[in-house]
Amino acid sequence: MSGPAEQLPVLLVVVPLAGGALLAAFGHWLPRVVADAAAAVVAAACAGGAGWLAVAVGGGRAVQWLGGWTPTTGGAGPAGIALVADRTAAALVLAAAVLVLAGLVFSWRFLEEVSATYHALMLVFLAAMSGFAVAGDLFDAFVWFELMGAAAYALAGMRVEEPRSVHAALEFGVVNTLGGSLALVGIALLYARTGELNLALVGERLREQPADALVGLAFALLLVGALVKAAAVPFHFWTADAEATAPTPVCAVLSGAMVGMGVYAVARWWRVVFDGVLPHDLVEHLLLTLGAVTALLGAVMCVWQRHVKRLLAYSTISHVGVALLGVGLLDEHGTAAAIAYLLGHACTKGPLFLGSGVLLNQDGTVDEHALFGRGRGRWFTFSVFLVGGLGLAGLPGLGLWWGKEAVEHSLSTAGLPWLVAVVVAAGALTSGAVLRVTARVFLGLGVDPRQRREPRPEEEPEERAPVGYRIAALMVTPAWVLLGLGVVLATAPVLHRAGGTAAAVFADGKGYAEAVLHPESPPAAVVAHEPPVWTMTSLALAALTVVLGLAVAAVALWGPLLRAGRWPGRVRAVVRGLHELHRADLTEQVGWLLLGAGALAVVLAR
Amino acid sequence: MTLDWLPYAVAGWVFLAGCYGLVTSRHLVHTVVCLSIVQSSTYLLLLAIGWTRGGTAPVYADIGRHRKVADPVVQAMTLTDIVVGAAVTALLLALTVQVAKRRGSVDPRELRSLEEESREERAG
Amino acid sequence: MRRQLPLVLGVLGGAALAVTGFRALAALPGAGHVPHPYGERAVADAFHHDTANAVVAVTLDQRGFDTLGEELILLAAAIGTVLLLRRLTAEAEEDAPHEYGPGEIFEGVRLVGYVLLPVTLLVGGYVVLHGHLSPGGGFQGGTVLASALYLAYLAADHRTLERLRTAGLLDTAEGLGAFGYVAIGLAGLVAGSGFLADWLPTGTVRDLRSSGTLPLLNVSIAVEVGAAFVLVVAKFLEQAILVPREEAS
Repeated sequence: MSGPAEQLPVLLVVVPLAGGALLAAFGHWLPRVVADAAAAVVAAACAGGAGWLAVAVGGGRAVQWLGGWTPTTGGAGPAGIALVADRTAAALVLAAAVLVLAGLVFSWRFLEEVSATYHALMLVFLAAMSGFAVAGDLFDAFVWFELMGAAAYALAGMRVEEPRSVHAALEFGVVNTLGGSLALVGIALLYARTGELNLALVGERLREQPADALVGLAFALLLVGALVKAAAVPFHFWTADAEATAPTPVCAVLSGAMVGMGVYAVARWWRVVFDGVLPHDLVEHLLLTLGAVTALLGAVMCVWQRHVKRLLAYSTISHVGVALLGVGLLDEHGTAAAIAYLLGHACTKGPLFLGSGVLLNQDGTVDEHALFGRGRGRWFTFSVFLVGGLGLAGLPGLGLWWGKEAVEHSLSTAGLPWLVAVVVAAGALTSGAVLRVTARVFLGLGVDPRQRREPRPEEEPEERAPVGYRIAALMVTPAWVLLGLGVVLATAPVLHRAGGTAAAVFADGKGYAEAVLHPESPPAAVVAHEPPVWTMTSLALAALTVVLGLAVAAVALWGPLLRAGRWPGRVRAVVRGLHELHRADLTEQVGWLLLGAGALAVVLAR
Repeated sequence: MTLDWLPYAVAGWVFLAGCYGLVTSRHLVHTVVCLSIVQSSTYLLLLAIGWTRGGTAPVYADIGRHRKVADPVVQAMTLTDIVVGAAVTALLLALTVQVAKRRGSVDPRELRSLEEESREERAG
Repeated sequence: MRRQLPLVLGVLGGAALAVTGFRALAALPGAGHVPHPYGERAVADAFHHDTANAVVAVTLDQRGFDTLGEELILLAAAIGTVLLLRRLTAEAEEDAPHEYGPGEIFEGVRLVGYVLLPVTLLVGGYVVLHGHLSPGGGFQGGTVLASALYLAYLAADHRTLERLRTAGLLDTAEGLGAFGYVAIGLAGLVAGSGFLADWLPTGTVRDLRSSGTLPLLNVSIAVEVGAAFVLVVAKFLEQAILVPREEAS
């Protein structure tokens, strides 16, 4: 790679930062439309840059030592910060930039009061995600991790007139900051052991001696930081609250891009730093267990929600669990499958959140029961929910298809059919929940739930006057574009081939270290494997998931099981128990975080 | 008797004290301050790791090139961490002000949970 | 039972962390004996660019990208705080009859403010400009400069500050400070040595004119930090004044 493309990794961070800083400086003098356009242009430029980078790196890596401090400058050895972008990192930045752009277009006509500060924060948020994706240095990753947090807490809480919104943003902030502090302790421990911060160098030093309790604890604490961001059980409580109450475009970015960064960090740190240091089987079992529990708990909680955004938030948790299953295999295919799954998730959950935002702005509520039948004739929004709902089940050709199929394929290759069943169940339950909402709200199908109970008090819409049909159509457009991108992602053979190379490069930890520490030496070629996508098994599993999803929706709509009191007592008790558990206040959420951290530490630092 | 484990022990103690405060908190301002205490423990740990016995500050304005010094990298990390901590604390306190205004309570245990608010009263 | 849950979870998790943490730290050499290979390289490289203050050489030169992120965290937090503490249109209407009248300020306080103001400005400027030589730099100096503005607030009256704040100049300074850091970094990229490269002549170590771009970076940080701190503190002060009045009415 040469020419201007070499500078792309740093530009992907710096350009949105500069845009954010300038909007913060001059935004209050700019008319709203200029701020909108400027922010959209910067986000689009980032998306373009990330796409260019993904093409330009090919089967290699773009390594950039910042500040002119290459490993040989000054003669003392590496002193600067390295940015390392492979195709996987570029793809995640691309997804983040596209979601931010979609969010900005979506909010073109609302969030008037907050104007340019909102734009500045969105761009800074994007920059932080780019920085985190390309950081080849532990402490630098921590800095971008914290910047992601700072921007996201402010964005999540900016509807200050809505009590739930500020409350959830505070929980989000406290829990994530605590997770960040634990991760920093992990970084400090690794620094104490190796005296290095560069990922490749830390890995190299760790491999020089057998792992002990210190290395295990450091990995456990880094995992806590990443899994808090990723919303894995038991660090997931903040997600349901924040994504249910944050402004819609922010929800789309949180759910589609930021959560994925946590999963990505687990995979990256394992590959570059801890692979070959900590016992492979132990970590595999740990991550697979976490993934399965997260996927199932998220899916079960999702089905039992009637607040649409909260429902989507729980489905995010469930899908993170599925991605963790892929990463947890700790092999090339599993990781690649997880990344493909995250990209597909961005193209599916993003539109669903935007669609729910349209409902909120048209009707002033996202309560499924209160919305019964109110969406009749709104074909644009209806189709987003329908396609999104089917997409969550991995309907062949839609966004999640490739990722879900690949996760299932790698799990069954690894001889874990039970976990394939977990993936199918998670897909069916989350998809069933969304399809049930779709049928109730837009078609008025099933028993009218309003006959059975009072409608809920309405929520503050994000726009003061309810938006009309034309504006709603404008707001739905980015959702449609995202769904379209998902179809391309799931079906374009060229992307599947590119994914194969990306997986091989990602899995090549040695090649990573070589590229970072000896940038002059020519990179060794990687052998890419491209697992087949359209196989009979995968199609059968997809069909099964879709059918089960439709069945879940149908049972909820018409089934005799729906009526209160008819559920078997044991199921009711479990569901009530789970609800009780998820009533966790801030102190309990912190307690769960500490318990999870302690458990990970005990398991890994034996 | 050497006390070279003491800095680590202090960092660990401060960390646990902060966590204790977080799980027993009855006031959101107290929660945010306890979070700052947890963050302070990371500064202590970093500085303990970076300290060199017999070393001085890594500022060569008035010392010779070959004096033994503490590790400047951890000091830089600590500085960054302090600014991050202060910035995030400001944000969290701003959110606390809004929670107090909108919810009328600052006791995390009294605040009505969000799961509760959006819960189905299915079982009746 | 439920009320004890957080404590139980926290104690279990904390105990597990304490035990593993003890075992992990027991595996380290005692404090003062941990080897610092990176630290030693960082000192060598500080001299390579003629920077006497090795900590600033790390924060701004070798690891300047971290500091860029840090500065943006401060910017995000500051604009975020202003955003979160904004007065909604509805609130502003409610508060219309109230006014923040000038409080009683003792003559002594006023006098101390007048005396300290130039001293603080001088110290702040000194700390910023000598950051690459002695302990200090943009963050430290910026906060000192921000406190000078608060002395002005005490000594003169808050209206002056209020006018300054509402004119939007502070927001502009804050954003431009952050942008300045990026711009200096990009200049390094254009000069050919890479983003945030120290592209100016580095001078002689221990001279005021040494370390290349580092003093410039310190100035841009000071502008951002100073403005951000004034804005954030002003927002919280406004709340402190506003809340009791709401209660009184």
